[in-house]
Amino acid sequence: MNELATRLAARYGARGWHDQRADLATIVLDADRLRDALAYLRDQEGYRHLSFATAIDNIERGVFTLVYTLRSHDKGHSLIVHADIDRQKPVVDSIHLLWAQAWTYQREMKEWYGIDFPGSPRVDEEFVLEGWEGPPMMRRDFDSLAYSDATYAERPGRATSDPARHMKEQLYPEAAE
Amino acid sequence: MSDKKLKPAPLANEGLSPDERGLFCDAAPREYEPAKGVIEDFYNWARAESLWILGFGTGCGAIELRPLMTSRFDMYRYGIQARPTPRQSCVFVIGGYASVKTLKRIVRSYEQMMGPKFVVALGSCTINGGMYWDSYNTIKRIDQYIPVDVYITGCMPRPEALLAGFQELKKIIKAGKGEGQNIYARDFAWYKANQKQIIKNWDMPDYNW
Repeated sequence: MNELATRLAARYGARGWHDQRADLATIVLDADRLRDALAYLRDQEGYRHLSFATAIDNIERGVFTLVYTLRSHDKGHSLIVHADIDRQKPVVDSIHLLWAQAWTYQREMKEWYGIDFPGSPRVDEEFVLEGWEGPPMMRRDFDSLAYSDATYAERPGRATSDPARHMKEQLYPEAAE
Repeated sequence: MSDKKLKPAPLANEGLSPDERGLFCDAAPREYEPAKGVIEDFYNWARAESLWILGFGTGCGAIELRPLMTSRFDMYRYGIQARPTPRQSCVFVIGGYASVKTLKRIVRSYEQMMGPKFVVALGSCTINGGMYWDSYNTIKRIDQYIPVDVYITGCMPRPEALLAGFQELKKIIKAGKGEGQNIYARDFAWYKANQKQIIKNWDMPDYNW
C-alpha cells in the first residue's frame, strides 16, 4: 500500500499515510486537489466505491475536515481521505459527477455544517430539518442547550441526578458537599 | 340552521396559497355536546371498551406497541387495536420524543382523528423532554401542542405500563372525563399559537379536518 502513498504524494501532494488496520488507512490531502485526487483514486487505483462522506468541525484549528471513505473491493481495502477547508470560507468542489450518490452527503453537509458545494443538485434544499431558521446546528459553536431553552417550552420541576454525586452521597455522606 | 350563530369565526388558513384555500375547511373545532344522562354513560362505556389507536409510531416508544399487539401482552383482549388511518382511530399514542418535523405530523393526524379522541403520551420525553432536554430539534413537553389524557412514565415504559395506562384511560373515559377534544376546541387559539411558534414552515390548513 505504501506504493499508493508514494504515488499520491507525487501526484497530489498527499501526506500523512496512516494504517489504522490492515484493510483501512487514512491520508491527508489539500482541498483544492481533492476532486482530482478522488477521480484518480476512483479511475486508476480501483477505489470505486464512495462509502461515506462527512465533515468534522475542528473548531480549534479553524477548519472543517472533510472525510471521504473510499473502498476498493478488488484489494479489499478502504482509504479515508481527509482534507481541511477554511471554516470562514467553507466552499468545496462538488464530487457528484464522480459518484452520483455524493450529492446526498453534500446536501447533508450543507444543512448541518453550512459547507457549500456549488453545482451539486438540490444542495440548497432542506435535508432532515424543516423550516429551520437557526445557524447550521452541527457546528460546534452552535449552543444546542441555549437554543432549546429559548425555543421550547419547559415543564418546571425537572431534577437531575449526577450518578457520581449521588453515589458519593449514598456511600460517603460525610464527604459529600 | 339554528346553530349558525354559534359558529366561531372562520380560520384564516394563511399557510395555504390563495388557490388552495378553497379546497380546505376553514371551520375551527367545536366542543362535543354530550347526550343526556345514562345515554352518554352508555356511549362512554362503549368508547372505553373499543379503543382504536392510531398506528403512527412518532418516536422510539412506538417499539413498545409491537409486543403489545402480539400474543405475549395481547392488547386485543382489552378491546384495543391499531388502525392505519386517523379517520378510524380515537386514541393517539405519542411514542416518546417528538421532533419539530414529527410534531407537524402529530398535529395534523390528531386534528384528523374522529372525536371523541384521547391522547396517551408515553415516555419521559413527552413529559419534560427526557434525555432530549437540550436538543435543538425536539420539543420538551407535548401538552403545549395537543391535549394529553394519560401520561405513562419511563424510558422506555414496559408493555405492562402501557396496559396500565390504557386501563387508566378507560377509567377516565367511563367517568366522562376524557375532555381532551373539548380542551383543544376551547383553547384552540392558544394551542395553535404554540404550534406555529415551533413549526416555522406552516403550509397546511389551520385546522386539518
